[in-house]
Amino acid sequence: QVRSECPLGQLLAREAALGREIRALDSDMQTLLYENYNKFISATDTIRKMKVDFRHMEAEMDDLAANMAAISASSARVSAALQDRHRRGAQLAGVQALLRKLQALLEVPGRLRRWAGTEPARALRCYARARAVLRHYRHLPSFRAIEDESHAIMADLARRLRTRLREETLDPKELTECVEMLLQLEEPPEELSEEFLSQAGARLEAELAALEAELPTSDPSGVATTPPPASDILDFVDRGSSAFVGTLCQLAGSYRTLFGEDTGRLEPFAAALATRYFALLERRLALERGLGDTSLLVRALDRFHRRLQALLELLPAGASAAAELVARAARERVDRYLRALQTFFLGCLGDVRQALAAPRPPGKEGPGLPDLLATLAASVLGQLKAVLAYVQLFTARDVAFASLPYFKGEFCVTAVREGLVVAFVRWLCRTARGFADGPTEKGAPAAPPALLLLLARLCLDYESSTISYILTLTDEQFPPQDLGPPVTPGPALCAEARAAAQRLLDHYVQVQGAAVAQMLRKSVETRDWLGTVEPRNVRAVMKRVVEDITAIDVQVGQLFEEGVRRAQSSDSSRRAFSVYSSSRAPGRYAPSYTPSAPMDTHLLSNIQKLFSERIDIFSPVEFNKVSVLTGIIKISLKTLLECVRLRTLGRFGLQQVQVDGHYLQLYLWRFASDERVVQGLLDEVAASAAHRCLDPVPMEHSVVELICERG
Amino acid sequence: LSSSAALEGKGQLKFTSGRWSPHHDCTQIATANDTTVRGWDTRSMRQIYCIENAHGQLVRDLDFNPNKQYYLASCGDDCKVKFWDTRNVTEPVKTLEEHSHWVWNVRYNHSHDQLILTGSSDSRVILSNMVSISSEPFGHMVDDDELSDQEDQHQEEKIKEPLQDSVIATYEEHEDSVYAVEWSSADPWLFASLSYDGRLVINRVPRALKYHILL
Repeated sequence: QVRSECPLGQLLAREAALGREIRALDSDMQTLLYENYNKFISATDTIRKMKVDFRHMEAEMDDLAANMAAISASSARVSAALQDRHRRGAQLAGVQALLRKLQALLEVPGRLRRWAGTEPARALRCYARARAVLRHYRHLPSFRAIEDESHAIMADLARRLRTRLREETLDPKELTECVEMLLQLEEPPEELSEEFLSQAGARLEAELAALEAELPTSDPSGVATTPPPASDILDFVDRGSSAFVGTLCQLAGSYRTLFGEDTGRLEPFAAALATRYFALLERRLALERGLGDTSLLVRALDRFHRRLQALLELLPAGASAAAELVARAARERVDRYLRALQTFFLGCLGDVRQALAAPRPPGKEGPGLPDLLATLAASVLGQLKAVLAYVQLFTARDVAFASLPYFKGEFCVTAVREGLVVAFVRWLCRTARGFADGPTEKGAPAAPPALLLLLARLCLDYESSTISYILTLTDEQFPPQDLGPPVTPGPALCAEARAAAQRLLDHYVQVQGAAVAQMLRKSVETRDWLGTVEPRNVRAVMKRVVEDITAIDVQVGQLFEEGVRRAQSSDSSRRAFSVYSSSRAPGRYAPSYTPSAPMDTHLLSNIQKLFSERIDIFSPVEFNKVSVLTGIIKISLKTLLECVRLRTLGRFGLQQVQVDGHYLQLYLWRFASDERVVQGLLDEVAASAAHRCLDPVPMEHSVVELICERG
Repeated sequence: LSSSAALEGKGQLKFTSGRWSPHHDCTQIATANDTTVRGWDTRSMRQIYCIENAHGQLVRDLDFNPNKQYYLASCGDDCKVKFWDTRNVTEPVKTLEEHSHWVWNVRYNHSHDQLILTGSSDSRVILSNMVSISSEPFGHMVDDDELSDQEDQHQEEKIKEPLQDSVIATYEEHEDSVYAVEWSSADPWLFASLSYDGRLVINRVPRALKYHILL
């Protein structure tokens, strides 16, 4: 390829390079050859030398062999000569050892006596060594004597040890030593174990009693309030753990080493004491009345649990009791938090009520409803978050008992999510509802309407956003298990909140409507409709009604959106009463109704009613301002209608009603969602008034308008 | 005028309605004053019982249960009909909230006291079946020794749970507020209602229910 493709110059250059390379390789090869050549020559020389040396060595080895043979022969001769003496020496050594032992044995009682009082351990050791031998040679009377004597001394020692054992003031180490020594003295182990346990028991009881002394004794009559305990719970647990648990562990350990694995007696003993300890701890926990410092409580429980681990190796059954205790404490704390949250919310409500009811200094605006709502919602949410943070401490990672299955699963779901968060939300909805349902029936002081409005808005906000926020927060901090107990789904809570909000809003509408209606009713009932004079102006009560409804509009507008209103027709503020316009045939009117005229008006009004929808007065209200106000206006106007129907009116009475109706229509149409509702009701009022009138002569429409514009 | 009694109290007190009690040998009257219902004994002209705050606002009408002593129904401006036991007036026995405006009239059927008629200014007449507080909550009972074996079995099928209280029918023929309803004294299954626009409507109890009650 190279040959075929490259031009001639390149080929020549390549040929030159190749030649150079070849020459270089050649010279390398020669250098290598010369080096190795030297090495080969030196190697051959060395091998020649080695051959010569080996020939020398062979001769010397032969000499050595001959010498060794001679030496061994002579050594054998020497030992044969000395064997005899060797044997006798060994025998004497044996005898001496035996004599020494005998002497030791003889001295045993003396030694025992000397040491029994002061160093029983050495005595024991000595005795133990001697005992076996003595037993073996019992048949020899001298030995027997020694044995008896030492036996007596040891029995004495045992007795003394026993009395010492029964003393109160032994600490575990001494106790163990005593018992150990007694065991070595071959006392019956069952008896000893019982003694040991009873001694240990006495000691542990003393410690428990010390702990108990810290707890204030419960008054049998239960009347006196117990003073707060002197030390805090962490100290208590510390002391309990180090003193009681430590001692118990030590004793249990020594029992095991002394008496082997026979735990028949140990377990119930330990179990009984452990139960008492738990009971004391529960009592102390019950004294933690306030919410105090949750972190302190958590640390205390943590310490308790940790120190208990060693004990739990002995008492597997106690593990569940301990876990139960911790769980109960945690639940109790969570319950307390729930109650605190409830009290806090009631407190906030109380503040809001005060703010609403406080007399305002002139010239200064009272607190706006949106501000109050925002403060209320924010403080409740803040408190809830704080509480959750506290409860979080129970499941923090560095806490020992957080790894218990209870805490991972059930605590998160049942205690915290359900017991605290869900229960609080439910309680909030119930309390809010209670404002709507309960008190007004029995005439107790009712909630101010502004409060009802505020709570309705709060519940609505909860339904739309807050509940889901709280639940996600809880789920993040306390993840629920898949296989755990069932949780309340978010939508269920939202539905409850919405129902509460609806109820509150309906109640608000009823209350406000009733207030306005009462005014109208009184105005109709107390007026003399028969003898009244020709109306010159709109009645004061109507103006008051319009003012009140405007005020309510402003109040509701602070918290709720506008809502949808049906488009007004162009002549909305200028409509004349249709009943009159049709009955007043071209320009003239009859001074009294002829029989045909009532039929006309009846027919006309009935036909009209066929085409208009029936109005439901006390229907549920939607969550916007227009709907609320329409509800209130409906209630008030219907009351007016019913009251007018109960009175008998004179001519001027009818005209007054006409003027009032027109005035209301002028001002109320803009508040209602559908102006036809207001129109229809006011038409009804006018028609009923006409029926009830002795001398129905309606006023001229232009005069009516003039009076209304003036007033 | 054989005797009179006066009502003590503040403000302008009015008697809005009154009714004779059909039991007690015509010696008891119940009256409605604003928001309370009082019972009077005509022999001593003293008040026997007083139901405070029976309805949040005005009490419009009362009626006594013709078959059961001590039972009284009242209706008022809070759109509710409440049934009271005059021996324990702290709480109503039952409350009906079917209307959407003031209830002007409440009437028991003269012979079958589970049928209650109410008329209201929301232009509706509602016929309700208040079985649980009527005098025959379990339906028609027959004495045991009058039954033959065949009827025995039928009887066991019939005596079940007490019937549930319910609204039987809502009559919406009126276009305006209904101010009066009454049962016919000739036929216990016929009733009439009167509304503001002068319409008088006469209706019957539905046939199925009539046979159910009779049999």
